[in-house]
Amino acid sequence: MSDVLLDIKNLKTHFYTETGHVTAVNGVSFNVKKGEIVGVVGESGCGKSVMSQTILRLFEEGTVEYEGEINFNGRNLLKLNKRQINKVRGNDISMIFQDPLSTLNPVHTVGRQIAESIILHQNASKKEAEEKAIELLRLVGIPSPEKRAKEYPHNLSGGMRQRAMIAVALACRPKLLIADEPTTALDVTIQAQILDLMNNLNEELDMGIIFITHDLGVVADLCSRVVVMYLGEIVEEASIEELFDRPLHPYTQGLIKSIPQLDGDRSAMLHTIEGTVPPLTRVPKGCRFAARCPFADEKCVASAPPVTEYTATQKVKCWHFEKILKNQEGIADVHTYS
Amino acid sequence: MSTLTLESSNEQKIESKETLLEIKNVKKFFPVKKSLLQFNKEQTYVQAVNDVSFSILKGETYGLVGESGCGKSTTGRTLLKLIEPTEGEAIYNGKDIFKLSGQELRKVRQDIQMVFQDPYSSLNPRKRIGKTLEEPLVIHNIGTPKERTEIVMEILSKVGLQLEHYFRYPHEFSGGQRQRIGLARALILNPKLLIMDEPVSALDVSIQSQILNLLKTLQSDFDLSYLFISHDMSVIRHVSDRIGVMYLGKLVEEAPTDELFANPLHPYTQALLSAVPVPKSGAKKERIILEGELPSPMNPPSGCVFHTRCPFAMDRCKMEVPMKKEIANGHHIACHLYDK
Repeated sequence: MSDVLLDIKNLKTHFYTETGHVTAVNGVSFNVKKGEIVGVVGESGCGKSVMSQTILRLFEEGTVEYEGEINFNGRNLLKLNKRQINKVRGNDISMIFQDPLSTLNPVHTVGRQIAESIILHQNASKKEAEEKAIELLRLVGIPSPEKRAKEYPHNLSGGMRQRAMIAVALACRPKLLIADEPTTALDVTIQAQILDLMNNLNEELDMGIIFITHDLGVVADLCSRVVVMYLGEIVEEASIEELFDRPLHPYTQGLIKSIPQLDGDRSAMLHTIEGTVPPLTRVPKGCRFAARCPFADEKCVASAPPVTEYTATQKVKCWHFEKILKNQEGIADVHTYS
Repeated sequence: MSTLTLESSNEQKIESKETLLEIKNVKKFFPVKKSLLQFNKEQTYVQAVNDVSFSILKGETYGLVGESGCGKSTTGRTLLKLIEPTEGEAIYNGKDIFKLSGQELRKVRQDIQMVFQDPYSSLNPRKRIGKTLEEPLVIHNIGTPKERTEIVMEILSKVGLQLEHYFRYPHEFSGGQRQRIGLARALILNPKLLIMDEPVSALDVSIQSQILNLLKTLQSDFDLSYLFISHDMSVIRHVSDRIGVMYLGKLVEEAPTDELFANPLHPYTQALLSAVPVPKSGAKKERIILEGELPSPMNPPSGCVFHTRCPFAMDRCKMEVPMKKEIANGHHIACHLYDK
């Protein structure tokens, strides 16, 4: 398994707040291979953003406690000291966020912010770095990059800002890019531009990408593999084909069925998942999805299910997935033969 | 799990319904503040809504779709005179809403209610939900205190909340429940038309589908018409009977839902539809990538507002504003490509 870029094992993130102890990420394991785009999906509060920020240890030390392993380049990122992790940040692993305006510095030009990271990590001269910055702006598809490099973030439109953010993130040619809902705030036509760009960059630079989103459509478009999170845990991991053609976890199934489809039956009622996500302070004891699951029984309420490897690429955390699958195939058979 | 099928076919609705609200040539220009140094410059305007006409039929859902800054929300708010329109008419019950004021306007606002994206900001955090919901009844002098409480209790159960929620405060509710409260507040005066501005955009998909289903049920229970404003093509397709597509303050295409999705004619609608990511495997499709950015509504392009980004733009598009015309039954379009 030499082509594994990032290997996360049983990762837990605990927060200690005034109101008590919360485990936002609870035993997450998955990996990202070189040049692969892995999607992380889940609804608000599922811990997908906390998980991604844990990889770079972006939380203030002291309020947070990590457990498990994040192996990258033969080192466990959780064991590195401050200087060492700073070297990884922005250099080997970069991150882009939903709102570029709050990440870009409003008082520096776009070109300078890109150059800054090149000077910091690559020992380049100021002039070299500035030339490289213009090159990067061209790479991410910003027209007349020489002119744009001298402008401030507020001069740019939303789509352009996100491109500039990506340019900053790419400055040191990272091996892994973590993108946290980078297109959520954008209009669909602009989103299409950015997704196109990320696809091209992934191919050109052979860079691994963790793409965090709540939008299953974006996942289908961009990713080759997906992990689905619910309440701090991964409930299913699958290839993109498996996820949409044969989802195993009742939560994944519900999620996919809840989305109005562009070719769906408009007069039909939409599928719903009953109830709401419970707060992290009141996590159920057994399976965390049990209270909202149509298939749950006493076993689910009493104890948490193990992770089962169904195929080489598909894993699921559910007691009854085989029974559910059999039932559904039975129904599908009746449909095809009647 | 259960997929209930509502009997009424969408196709038949359109023919037989009468017009509830007719919007004619509505314009809304916001003046731009000049700095002191520009005192001798001409006044400039943000042309948020520019000459938009459409009508909403009784019992139907009219979807207004477009990207940010296209003027869809401004259109919705102008209709209730929440924003003073610059020009145009909105005919309701034979009267132009824009010319009404005082008592008459209040009456219209009783019939036409708004639902916003974030109901939390429109709820008083220090008042119990029940009291907030009773307020419109008090203002319009409906019923005795006891009857009002009964009306509120009934509405609460209609929107899928429990009676005990009557005594709770806004912060005790989740996002989905707050949107239910937003709907309850809008429904309490028994309106004819709901103007909904991105009512499900802030919600997670599993909650979104609950609210969309509720909207369908309420529509048939209360015999409502909806103006549904959204940027989400799949949501708007699911709820609407007819759809208007807006771009930079203009209505560029209008058609019955199935017709629009089967046969989008305007180059912008085509690009918009192709850009929607489809949640299915093997869905990687050819997208029409629109070049460039949305032009500023302060200085919109001459001629057709879309010509700067249109892959089919001709010389004529730069000079002449395309008129809205009917191409097929109920399918209207404003584009020079279809002038023959």
